[in-house]
Amino acid sequence: MYSFTHHAASSVADAVKSVGEGKYLAGGHTLIPTMKQRLAQPGHLVDLNKVAELKGISDNGSVLTIKAMSRHAEVASSDVVKKAIPGLAALAGGIGDPQVRHRGTIGGSVANNDPVADYPAACLALGATIVTDRRRIKADDFFQGLFTTALEDNELITAFEFPHADKFAYAKFRNPASLYALVGVAVAKRGSDVRVAVTGAGSDGVFRWTDAEAKLASNFSASALDGLKASASGLNGDIHGSAEYRAHLIGVMAKRAAAAA
Amino acid sequence: MAKVSMTVNGKPVTADIDPRTLLVQFIREHLHLTGTHVGCDTSQCGACTVHMDGVAVKSCTTLAVTADGANITTIEGLAHGAQLHPMQEAFRENHGLQCGFCTPGMIMSAVDIVNRKGANLDEHTIRHELEGNICRCTGYHNIVKAIGDGARAMGAQKHAAE
Ligand SMILES: Cc1cc2nc3c(=O)[nH]c(=O)nc-3n(C[C@H](O)[C@H](O)[C@H](O)COP(=O)(O)OP(=O)(O)OC[C@H]3O[C@@H](n4cnc5c(N)ncnc54)[C@H](O)[C@@H]3O)c2cc1C
Ligand code: FES
Ligand code: FES
Repeated sequence: MYSFTHHAASSVADAVKSVGEGKYLAGGHTLIPTMKQRLAQPGHLVDLNKVAELKGISDNGSVLTIKAMSRHAEVASSDVVKKAIPGLAALAGGIGDPQVRHRGTIGGSVANNDPVADYPAACLALGATIVTDRRRIKADDFFQGLFTTALEDNELITAFEFPHADKFAYAKFRNPASLYALVGVAVAKRGSDVRVAVTGAGSDGVFRWTDAEAKLASNFSASALDGLKASASGLNGDIHGSAEYRAHLIGVMAKRAAAAA
Repeated sequence: MAKVSMTVNGKPVTADIDPRTLLVQFIREHLHLTGTHVGCDTSQCGACTVHMDGVAVKSCTTLAVTADGANITTIEGLAHGAQLHPMQEAFRENHGLQCGFCTPGMIMSAVDIVNRKGANLDEHTIRHELEGNICRCTGYHNIVKAIGDGARAMGAQKHAAE
């Protein structure tokens, strides 16, 4: 790891003011491994771990708000999340392993937009709003390809707003070695509106599977997806699975999510 | 350099360190507590697991500067003098180790599992919760047995204290 200077931010304003050319440090469970490999070499880190404003989970009866520094374990075990959107607590409880969940944060995960991360699928399916220090961004506009988001340099995610859904579930086929999603599918239903988001598979990152949305909108059940095949074009193929295999898994995971929702 | 202060195994420590010092380096190289191991250095194996403010974390993937103000417990902090912690005793009784390299991390994770899931753990729960720890000797069978026994012993000890 190359050397850097470190500043423990005391507030959102202090963090944004002091980051300069540097990077924010949340749970560090992506950034530190990347810095060890010298794939990232920030000269300055602004540590968010002591910023009280970035912690906490609340619900107003129709919108669940999760602050950016909420750890995966906190989301997984939160009674507020379990009551509002139980499938989101379950998703958080399936990220990595217990130690990773004790450090990793929702803000770090979504800012990073790893194509195999779990939270981006939930944000897209639930139509979340990503709140930053300067504006509000719809999930539809936020994810812009591999490790690419709408965030400007220095822009800090402060919170996520998840509008409640009638039904929501996430089904994940884990890569047993990395624990990340080989394919993960999130399904959300709000009245007649159905959104299906796929992670792990797309070579451009998370995406919506509109064919499945149409089927589920007319009949919200796993059997509605019988015979529907995702296209393998634009999907990742690697040593863990071909694009065709991932396409197949998308159908299987979508059915599991619809059945569980 | 950056100044850090934290409590390690009940003792306050303060040091001036390079900000890139990992928590595990701080523990091993500055405090000379070498029970915490580095197996992979890539966040996979859990040999470096310590408790930070009461929960298990991988100290190879945490900066020491981030742990400023935290309460850290390492494997050295579990025993009371010559009396082993019930989880350590259970690993000894069940032959829950072969080369022993993964053992400190296994035991720190095991205690964390009991703290979160209680003292009555079935085999499935133990295996699932151990996902963040790898034993290169593949001695999982006895590790799982040891954790089940250690959990029950921790439960009995807590019960006796109440
Ligand atoms: C062994 C292992 C297994 C894992 N398994 C999974 C898995 O199954 N599924 C999964 O989804 N993830 C998995 N992860 C990743 C984990 O969830 C990470 O914690 C997460 O991706 C990044 O969150 P972080 O808080 O650690 O962020 P950091 O590593 O601290 O930061 C990541 C990036 O986001 C930026 N950033 C952080 N916070 C903010 C913010 N508030 N605003 C703007 N930018 C910010 C940082 O500058 C950095 O560029 C795994 C990680 C490990 C080590
Ligand atoms: S040394 Fe930390 S996880 Fe392997
Ligand atoms: S006992 Fe050798 S690595 Fe586990």
